[in-house]
Amino acid sequence: MVSVKKIVLDVLKPHQPNALEFSKAIAKAGADYRVHLLVLEMDENTETIQIEIEGNAIDFKTIQSAITDMGGSLHSIDEVEVQNEADAG
Amino acid sequence: MSLLNQARFLLDITRTHDIVRRYFVVNGFDGALTMLGLIIGFLVSAPANLSVIINVCLGAAIALGVSGMSSAYISESAERRRALGKLEQAMISDLHESAHGDATRWVPLLIALVNGLAPFVISLLILLPLWIFDAGISLPVPPLYAAIIVALLLIFLLGVFLGRIAGTSWLRSGIQTLLVAVVTAVLIYLFAGH
Repeated sequence: MVSVKKIVLDVLKPHQPNALEFSKAIAKAGADYRVHLLVLEMDENTETIQIEIEGNAIDFKTIQSAITDMGGSLHSIDEVEVQNEADAG
Repeated sequence: MSLLNQARFLLDITRTHDIVRRYFVVNGFDGALTMLGLIIGFLVSAPANLSVIINVCLGAAIALGVSGMSSAYISESAERRRALGKLEQAMISDLHESAHGDATRWVPLLIALVNGLAPFVISLLILLPLWIFDAGISLPVPPLYAAIIVALLLIFLLGVFLGRIAGTSWLRSGIQTLLVAVVTAVLIYLFAGH
């Protein structure tokens, strides 16, 4: 089975919820998610952020839904790390 | 997320904590002063039946509550919709299904509840001595004076609350609001007492 281990996303979001609440909401989407959020650019009403998520089996759809729920908009998937678990064993 | 946490989160993302607090104090103060004015008005008038006084004050309390709720809801709905539209323009996306959309629907209701309940509940507290006396329980002071004491106490407490928010002396702030109540009482005596 192929699992996503790491994903880096480029997201546009409103100032609120703030970076801390935003990353917490994404981390809550999975039991072992580790989130690293970096603010790349600040505008009057929005900010461009880069979110790096690491986990054992990342579910992209739940992350996308968490981002949309917080009012964010996914711009691009900048980096992905996947692993074939069968090969790994 | 619990209902309280959800409400706190929605107030957080819309940054409306301050507005809720302001509405609570402003309209609570309105309620307390209105009741104080009515009761002093009855005191300086020809003696009236206690049930009449209670009904008049209760009518005013309900009107204050409904007025507070409806006016806050209408104005806050418009403000929230405007803010959402501005944010949607900046994000170039539809945010109705997001937390911001939820906030646009729920925050006006929350603010309306606070704005309506603050004067209503404060008025009911001021009327409490009148009800107690009407139920046949004796009070150490006449019921109208007891209601005035409760009103002054609540007005003082609103001042204390404001002082704590501002981080200044709670006593000074409490006395300031109490002075407003005293000035109101003097004005009523001057204009209605003759």
